[in-house]
Amino acid sequence: MKVLNQLIEGVSSLRLTVFCLAAALVLVFAGTLAQVRFGLYLVQDEYFQSWFVWWQAPAGNFTLPVFPGGHLIGAVLLGNLIAAHIRRFSWAWKKIGIQLTHLGLIIMLAGGLATDLFSVHSFMRIKEGGNSNYSEDSMKMEFAVIDQTDPETEQVTAVPGERLASGGTITHESLPFQLAVRGFYQNSKLGMIGQGGTSVPAASQGTGQRVSVTAAARATRMNDRDSMSAVLEIIPVKGGDSLGTWLVSDALAAPQNFEFGGRRWSLQLRPARYYKPYSLTLLDFTHETYPGTQIPKNFSSKVNLSDLEVDDSRQVLIFMNHPLRYRGDTYYQSGFEPDNSGTILQVVRNPSYQAPYVACVIVSIGLIYQFLFHLIGFSRRKKTATAP
Amino acid sequence: MNRLVPYLVLFLAALWIGASWMYPKTDPGEFDLSAFNRIPVLAGGRIKPMDTVARTSLLILRGKQTLRLPEGGKLSASRWLADVLFHPAKADAYPVFAVANQEVLGMFGFPQADKKYCTYDELKPHLAKITEEGRLAADMESAKRTPFQAAIFNLGNSIQLYQRLKSSIHQEGTAGFGKEIDTYAKAVAAGAANPGDGSGALDSDRLALLRAAVSRYERQSQFSYLMVVAPPAGGGEDDWLTTGAALMRVKSPDQIPASVSALADMGDAFRANDPAKFSKVTREYAGLLNIEHPEWAGRTSYELRFNQMEPFYHSMVLYVGAFLLACLSWLVCPKGLRKTAFLLLLLALAVHSFGMFSRMYLQGRPPVTNLYSSAIFVGWGAVALGLVLEHLYRDGIGSASSGMVGFITLIIAHHLGSSGDTLEMMQAVLDSNIWLATHVVVITAGYSAMFLAGFLAIAYVVLGLFTRLLTRESARKLTGMVYGIVCFATLFSFVGTVLGGIWADQSWGRFWGWDPKENGALLIVLWCALILHARWGGFIRQRGIMAMAIFGNAITAFSWFGVNMLGVGLHSYGFMDKAFPWLVAFIIFQVVLILLTRLPSKCWRSFREALPRDVTAAGFECQKGA
Repeated sequence: MKVLNQLIEGVSSLRLTVFCLAAALVLVFAGTLAQVRFGLYLVQDEYFQSWFVWWQAPAGNFTLPVFPGGHLIGAVLLGNLIAAHIRRFSWAWKKIGIQLTHLGLIIMLAGGLATDLFSVHSFMRIKEGGNSNYSEDSMKMEFAVIDQTDPETEQVTAVPGERLASGGTITHESLPFQLAVRGFYQNSKLGMIGQGGTSVPAASQGTGQRVSVTAAARATRMNDRDSMSAVLEIIPVKGGDSLGTWLVSDALAAPQNFEFGGRRWSLQLRPARYYKPYSLTLLDFTHETYPGTQIPKNFSSKVNLSDLEVDDSRQVLIFMNHPLRYRGDTYYQSGFEPDNSGTILQVVRNPSYQAPYVACVIVSIGLIYQFLFHLIGFSRRKKTATAP
Repeated sequence: MNRLVPYLVLFLAALWIGASWMYPKTDPGEFDLSAFNRIPVLAGGRIKPMDTVARTSLLILRGKQTLRLPEGGKLSASRWLADVLFHPAKADAYPVFAVANQEVLGMFGFPQADKKYCTYDELKPHLAKITEEGRLAADMESAKRTPFQAAIFNLGNSIQLYQRLKSSIHQEGTAGFGKEIDTYAKAVAAGAANPGDGSGALDSDRLALLRAAVSRYERQSQFSYLMVVAPPAGGGEDDWLTTGAALMRVKSPDQIPASVSALADMGDAFRANDPAKFSKVTREYAGLLNIEHPEWAGRTSYELRFNQMEPFYHSMVLYVGAFLLACLSWLVCPKGLRKTAFLLLLLALAVHSFGMFSRMYLQGRPPVTNLYSSAIFVGWGAVALGLVLEHLYRDGIGSASSGMVGFITLIIAHHLGSSGDTLEMMQAVLDSNIWLATHVVVITAGYSAMFLAGFLAIAYVVLGLFTRLLTRESARKLTGMVYGIVCFATLFSFVGTVLGGIWADQSWGRFWGWDPKENGALLIVLWCALILHARWGGFIRQRGIMAMAIFGNAITAFSWFGVNMLGVGLHSYGFMDKAFPWLVAFIIFQVVLILLTRLPSKCWRSFREALPRDVTAAGFECQKGA
């Protein structure tokens, strides 16, 4: 029992709070500096959205945890907060502000954790006059094998890009062939054969015959991202000759086609797609600048939203600071295609997006209450002190 | 009698401020540049007076708002601009390009020096080289450029700005612009067909003239830095034109816009060195715009007056004065000097506020829109808070701290302002007055509070260590002040950070993205929370609070400027490599002060008589028990 009491004491102690806050401070500072070298996204993964910060030994292949990561500190702080809340909770006027503040913080930390775990960011590109019913992930790739025999509907078989990294052979019941991974590049550079250098063709079939592929260092800059590539050999399931090796890459825009078993197939490594039960049509994209300058003044996309499932069709204007929220997705004006020929919308699906709003209101009320409570007390004392 | 002295000092200071409100008188025999200054033009997306164009351009090129001539004497920014616009050949011989890199100077074959002001004539032979090197530098991230590359890149930009300014009214080398446009308009009206023989053949001379003119106006229009042609009454901001564009629309002499003919006459009179005519045309044109566009003219007149008053310079001087007087009040004549310092601070804050609200009026925006205006607001907030403290405690410490913070922030603002027009237009994503007014203002007020708390703590260290002025009672009071201000900072930093998250959620689709500026704000919130919890837990006492408040200065400075210097993320809107050594020096200074707080009590002159053991951290809670 004594041990349990000590444990509860420790978990809910102010000392632990102070320790967590100090650790968070060090982590945030170190992470911010690390962003200069490793870029925003890599640091986000390794420092803030991880349980530990790992140190990679320069020689040898072992790694060591050197500091608690954002998730660990956040989780301990959350536990500490909840424990302290339960243990010290009391109804007293002078404590209400503190109680509210910490309740709000609990909601915020829990919401933040949920966002990290469950939110999905993607982009939807629509040309003016065109429409789209899917968005593309900005980080994740997928390898798609598409059966295009039927001109009306495509049959898509897709595996996540990471699946290719683990090598081996990919099989699926809908495919009459298997795909053996012969090469994988997290980030790569493609070059045209015959334009200097002694480059070897990346593959024996398709575009890969005219292109070479080399591995490149992971992208770290703000606007850069990895260009994934893989070389795959197509082998019929029921035996027979191999269809050769094929290069698929993020850098190759067009899918590559081939015929097998009397059907038309197409291969593509592309950003992972999220299909929606509704579609958006871009009616008009406008890009205004301040007179006589190139400084952007406003971007806006006028879209037509049409949802066949619930028979909803309406026009919506999406512009800076005015997103469209629909069926759990939120569409933000994010960018535009060259020559203003189309729009790029950021699509976010975040089930806990309301948590910060609620938390903010509760914490603000708590802090303001506490601040005013002390201020009034202070000025009262001041008055009695100066009174003759 | 003695009681009147503070008010007398206040009166004299107010007179000094009032003097700057007066327009400089123009001699009848000289060019009336005050009328020229008032003329509105469109540049950088907003309508501003010529005076602002002149001052900001010279500031970008030379780093100063006036031009010192090698043969002695000074040239005002507007006189320089008049030369650039109307008499470019003369302006080419003025030393306006500041080059502060030995390698660059060496490349041009100039003698080694730390800094040199080059003339355009001197740089002309090297233009190709500058363009080439500048292009190489432009392809690199600004953070990765060598000092040489940064210098050549800036010089290239300066030269481009200067060349564009020179073509803002007409092309270089134009002698009689009034006559030229008259001939042109007549030729347009007559058409290219030859009326003489009725054969329909083209008049080859007139055709050549028109061709040459159109290609000239086309080029001028593309290159011009300013849009000087105001639309007819009732037109909007989008209807401003360059002279070239306006002339290409002309079909007959009576269609030449009033702006074009007025500027042509001004230029011809200026070149002919005819001050009387120049002044007359300029005043008439300014008067015409007053009637046709009263709102724009009113705004530019106001901006001109604001420029001439230099409110931030004046309040900066007053802050220094008040700081010195407050310090002096601890040694001699405590009551009188403290009162004088307090009154001067009030005046300084009034002038500071005038400047800040004027900027808000001119821009039509909340007070903080860029790094420059954040410095102005941080100072304003800290001084206002410090004055409240001084009013409550009357011990000179509030005055001294706010004088110091006011002075330092305005010096910072002054240096940030040298990059050009500080009333620049807002990028689309920032174009939201609601969020600018809430998130940005609240978070910047948090910076103010952090700095005030930090400087109060510095006052504690300096007074405690080096003087005998800090008594047990005043040390306790000072700790209460710091604690209260840290509470205030916690409130503002937290609410401001969360509001920022909500704005980000509205515009970028994520509440929190671990962007450096967001991390910086989080660091401040965490630090405040750390101070408060460490105190509540009894882990720190009086000097611990002071040490932590001083380190708050370093964290706030990092969050305010340091993260912008990293050059990553969505918020890196104000990259300043020059400020980096200053930031490092500031942080080192804070660390030294923190180490000083660790000295044993016997080293503190104020606490030499051994402190009783039972002194706990002072503050609201402690007072409650009393």
